[in-house]
Amino acid sequence: MKAVDFDYAQPATLDAALELLSREDVMVRPVAGSQSLGPMLNLRLAQPELLVDITRIAELQAIRLDGDRLTIGACVTHARLEDGDYPDVTRGVLPSVAAVIAYRAVRNRGTIGGSLAHADPAADWVNVLTALGADVVIAGTGGRRTVPMTDFILGVFETALQPGEIVAEIHVPALSDRARWGYYKVCRKTGEFSHATGAVLIDPARGVQRCVAGATSGKPVVIDGPALFEGGCTEAAMAAHLAGSPAADDPIALKTHTVALKRAIAQVMS
Amino acid sequence: MSAHAKTISLTVNGTRVEASVPPRQHLGDFLRERELLTGTHLGCEHGVCGACTILIDGEPARSCITFAVACDGRSVTTVEGLDDDPVATELREAFSAEHGLQCGFCTPGMLVAARDVVLRRPDADNPAIRTAMSGNLCRCTGYVGIVNAIRRVIDARNTNAG
Repeated sequence: MKAVDFDYAQPATLDAALELLSREDVMVRPVAGSQSLGPMLNLRLAQPELLVDITRIAELQAIRLDGDRLTIGACVTHARLEDGDYPDVTRGVLPSVAAVIAYRAVRNRGTIGGSLAHADPAADWVNVLTALGADVVIAGTGGRRTVPMTDFILGVFETALQPGEIVAEIHVPALSDRARWGYYKVCRKTGEFSHATGAVLIDPARGVQRCVAGATSGKPVVIDGPALFEGGCTEAAMAAHLAGSPAADDPIALKTHTVALKRAIAQVMS
Repeated sequence: MSAHAKTISLTVNGTRVEASVPPRQHLGDFLRERELLTGTHLGCEHGVCGACTILIDGEPARSCITFAVACDGRSVTTVEGLDDDPVATELREAFSAEHGLQCGFCTPGMLVAARDVVLRRPDADNPAIRTAMSGNLCRCTGYVGIVNAIRRVIDARNTNAG
């Protein structure tokens, strides 16, 4: 249960971090709160030669309101999002979801950007930010690019990040006054990994009717349109939507995903 | 010692500490093996059991999945550093009175996490206490005594405040 011997750097600027991350002579990985990478290091599932700690970079800690969207720095912790010292444009989504991520001791260290970069299909932000229609700003030595969440998560632990790139910030669009949202996850124990996640958003002002089935052992499954909200969230419908994922062929997983999404939908319909 | 050793400077239980650490050494091992603060217990070493919970800059954290090298400039408090802490003192008495421990392995982490609940969630009902403490595993008590101990401290503080 001890990590391999790695080198470690704690740059103070994003440019310095990107410079280190672009090194090709060593196997290098960025690390933020180390709440996912830490266990992987201890279990030796990850064996980097150099860790670049990005948590001392001031610009990655910022939260700011840019017009009608909230920009959240990659190194903002779940605990800070839970405690809500920022203008919440999401009508409670951010603090409510942050509060149910793992445990407070983990939330104090774990970050929103780290969670996205890790891309565990069961992770809360992976699914919720997909439902919210957030964008991910990726930084590399070549500059910045913005990728919608639906194109950012590619699969299990797989993202659009190229070698040397990191998540810099996340853009969360403001919900309208009439927006309603629901979130439900099925966990064997409070705070443990989700076995099925349902995240839904209805925002009439922006024409959004979105359901997301998460923790499917693949990328989040996005189902847009009114069908599931109008009683259409059945096992048969879910089997079709989840086709191709392992969940579709396992009757228990299919039932669990149907229940998770149904309960999330019930929160917006009540 | 690792060829990658880094010098860090941090505060441990109020005392300034300077040390050369291999980056791979997690904070729990640093506290136990270098500082000989064996009150911090290591159970699972991958962030699940909560036995190693300590405070970093006053906030609970898992010392097994936080590397010592990442704590340069920080203030770390272990269960030993809570001897004179008023909430921890009340919790120790309540854990004893309510049978909140048996073997004691989980207790240091329980006390650190429970202290956070008392301070941050003075309004917590019993289900909220259970949810807030769900990151700390106990294999002896069945949790009833632990929840009752935290309940006792919260109630006493609310009565005294009211």
